[in-house]
Amino acid sequence: MLELATVQGESVEEQGVDHSPLAIRGMTVSYGQKPAVFSVDMTVQPGAMTAIIGPNGAGKSTLLKAALGIVSPLSGQVTVFGQPLEDQRARIAYVPQRASVDWDFPTRVIDVILMGLSRQLGLLGRVRARHKARAMDCLNRVGMREFADRQIGQLSGGQQQRVFLARALAQDADLYLLDEPFAGVDAATEKAIIAVLKSLKEAGKTVVVVHHDLATVADYFDHVFLINTRKVAEGSVAQAFTAETLQSAYGGRLATAQIDQISRALG
Amino acid sequence: MLWEALSLQLGYNATLVAIGATLLGVSAGVTGTFLFLRKRALVSDAISHATLPGVCLAFMALVAFGGDGRNLIGLLAGSAVSAWVGLLCMNWLTRHTRLAEDAAIGAVLSVFFGFGIVLLTVIQTMGVGRQAGLEGFLLGSTAGMLWADAMVIAIGGAATLVLVMIIRRPMTMVAFDPEYAAARGLPVHRIDLAMMGLVMAVTVVGLKIVGLILIVALLIIPAVTARFWTDRSDRVVLLAGLAGGLAGYLGAGLSASAPNLPTGPIIVLVSFGFFALSLLFAPVRGVLAAVLRHLRFQRRVHIRQGLLALAQGQKIYEPLTIRLLRRAGVVRADGVATDEGKARAAKALRDEKRWEIVRSDLAHEATAALYDGLRDIETVLTLDQIAEIDRRIGGPQEITP
Amino acid sequence: MSGEEFVPLSLTPLLIGTFAAIACALPGNFLVLRKQALIGDAISHVVLPGIVVAFLLTGAISTWPMMLGAAGAAVVAVVMIEAIRRLGQIEPGAAMGVVFTTMFAGGVLLLEQTDTSTVHLDVEHALYGNLESLIWLDATGWQSLLDVQALAGLPPELPRIALTMVGVILFTWLFWRPLKISTFDEGFARTIGIRTGVLGMALVITAAIAAVAAFDAVGSIIVIAMFICPPAAARMMTNRLETQIAWSVIFATVSAVFGYVLAGYGPLWLGGEDAVSAAGMIATISGLMLALTAVFGPCRTRSGAPSHA
Repeated sequence: MLELATVQGESVEEQGVDHSPLAIRGMTVSYGQKPAVFSVDMTVQPGAMTAIIGPNGAGKSTLLKAALGIVSPLSGQVTVFGQPLEDQRARIAYVPQRASVDWDFPTRVIDVILMGLSRQLGLLGRVRARHKARAMDCLNRVGMREFADRQIGQLSGGQQQRVFLARALAQDADLYLLDEPFAGVDAATEKAIIAVLKSLKEAGKTVVVVHHDLATVADYFDHVFLINTRKVAEGSVAQAFTAETLQSAYGGRLATAQIDQISRALG
Repeated sequence: MLWEALSLQLGYNATLVAIGATLLGVSAGVTGTFLFLRKRALVSDAISHATLPGVCLAFMALVAFGGDGRNLIGLLAGSAVSAWVGLLCMNWLTRHTRLAEDAAIGAVLSVFFGFGIVLLTVIQTMGVGRQAGLEGFLLGSTAGMLWADAMVIAIGGAATLVLVMIIRRPMTMVAFDPEYAAARGLPVHRIDLAMMGLVMAVTVVGLKIVGLILIVALLIIPAVTARFWTDRSDRVVLLAGLAGGLAGYLGAGLSASAPNLPTGPIIVLVSFGFFALSLLFAPVRGVLAAVLRHLRFQRRVHIRQGLLALAQGQKIYEPLTIRLLRRAGVVRADGVATDEGKARAAKALRDEKRWEIVRSDLAHEATAALYDGLRDIETVLTLDQIAEIDRRIGGPQEITP
Repeated sequence: MSGEEFVPLSLTPLLIGTFAAIACALPGNFLVLRKQALIGDAISHVVLPGIVVAFLLTGAISTWPMMLGAAGAAVVAVVMIEAIRRLGQIEPGAAMGVVFTTMFAGGVLLLEQTDTSTVHLDVEHALYGNLESLIWLDATGWQSLLDVQALAGLPPELPRIALTMVGVILFTWLFWRPLKISTFDEGFARTIGIRTGVLGMALVITAAIAAVAAFDAVGSIIVIAMFICPPAAARMMTNRLETQIAWSVIFATVSAVFGYVLAGYGPLWLGGEDAVSAAGMIATISGLMLALTAVFGPCRTRSGAPSHA
């Protein structure tokens, strides 16, 4: 494992890798000459909610995108449920950052949800009543049922985020990967999203979220993965989300007072 | 023959064309740089195609009022007006509708050009001197150019250049950071329009030499070429002017040296030659340099990762890493670390630990920003600082395999 | 107008123009949405060098080698643009500008260097085609549509462009879902296993084939106009992709038909004697329709996302 873990005397949990929903080994991704992610290992715990946290530009989103093959890494290997990524695509649902698409695209909310069903629909399969019903059900779960026929550009930021989540729900995956789902959304949306994620966890699904709000980590998540280009710490919130690891990940960028506050909150 | 052309000994007209093409090349290169830095290179494509209806309408007007339809100044004035209208249409489409700039450019260029073709066929049927050589404006034609025409081009090219030089500062600022420029109180929209006006002027001046389809090349290629050689905007401007001028001069010379070598295309191809050389061989941004750099970088990443894995007793999965480690003498053929390899691995892990201290320490914030997983810590910290960090880490730790 | 006059003189150019317009407008919808509208512009410029090179290699004006040459040039251009963009880290617009102007210049130079006086190959023809000349001399009226002998005398451009249009429609229909998903959200598309790079290239190649076939009949100016104007105008009419595609087909058809009719008869109505360029007129009409929808279209303004809720 990594330095920190080694220093703390923990042993390497290699046996977890084989069945981990998402296991990353030796991942390095670089834009130009500076690695955004350097030699990172990650083993996601099944049936838990994991937060990937770290300062801005620490490679959080990059790690996720590289794990999914959206950006190509310089080195590194990814297994999903112990299998190569390509064989397990159907079991993964990904929620990209809201800003990554053109919301002026001519399409309705319901059409976006149906995109999540494209594996079931295949190339030419017709959208039938049951597909529609399933899409509506997913919209219902994020509280967006009445917006089904809206053009996506007419939604607020929080509503757009919920639409993206509903599309992921439609995929009916076992592993959900979300990139900054709480960035710039209203409180009601944040509540709705976290409720849905918790229900996924209860259903035995694995959830991984790129997260930026340290104050809510302990409330929302079971596990954390701290990254700042390199992995800083990985483990349960109690183990790995400590003043020491935060100081290590955020360095001078996180005010000491804030760290104290968080660690006090953690008890 | 080529030498004579290049030393301007091929007669009056050829000389004037060469001078005109050089001036045009310089002013197009310089103007185009601002367009390129503003990421709007292809706006020039819309502007140039939009000149055609103006040329035709001017011709028809000149004939209707009993003048000579081939009066160059009149035709160029017409082309300027319709290019300006095209530019306004494009701006309106991007500002007031949901169309992105690329679609607006394409719409304006195709529609204006199409309308120009309609007018061309109307002129064909007017029976005044069989189209009056207006097709020359499509691809340029320097053959049979009048002395007065050449003068217009030379003076126009020089005038454009002077104008560019006068407003280059605000244009640079707007191209670099429009929001900052606006905050500084610069009228960004008007400066943009002025820039477009200059592009239009270059286009109009260049119509006769390279034609409206190829003038775009003169505006874009030198700027892109120059960008490979420097990161400073003032030097990009200078180099683009140089590349454009040289292409204009050499192209005009080459085309005068033999038959069937049309001026416009030759200038463009010479210009592309400069571009291709820069793309491949420019010292920092060139492809060759970039490929070498990337390979070196990839090697460093893999070796470093391999060393860290060795130090922590982890299995190495990547075949490339293993191959590189073997070649560097870090591991033997059977995958076991050599003595030297062990030492290097221990050092790598220790450096990682040192970096970790540096990155979690407020006092080292500036240094910590330099971390990229590869940099040797000795290059950023003094020996004393490293000793201090080592003291904080504690005694040398054995690596638990 | 009677069938005796209409069928031999106007029917085939009308059909060819319409088919070409639709074949270009369909992929144009996706190009416009992907902000790659000018790929159409680039492709139509490089068709000329492709054709000239094919002519130089085969020494004859024959259709298939030339279409192959043009399609090859389009692929070369797209690959070069991509290479320059990535290798040189140049923005796509500038990379396009470098490539298509250079290739066009090369085409013009080759043309000037070659003796093409014996064949019908010149720049003007490449730019605005000759739709008016694609008449069906063997036809005597509507009944000729059932006459095998007369049908054999159809201008060969008609079956070619019809086939191309069918191919383009098939491509759009078959890959509708992946095209839509990857155009909207490329990252998501990759995570569900869509090969976005391959699909994007396939779209460009389809556009290139449409451009080449249309170019063969109507010249490159229509090609650019039809790639962009009908989809852009359709964009102002609706917020649904399916409806947008339908509108773009309508706009393309109307441009082709109106443009052709106006070019042929407009001058006569105005007291002139000769027709004007049909290709130019079709482009002009498509521009007028875009202008109308840009001013009056129900969905003409952006409905982009507010950046924060």
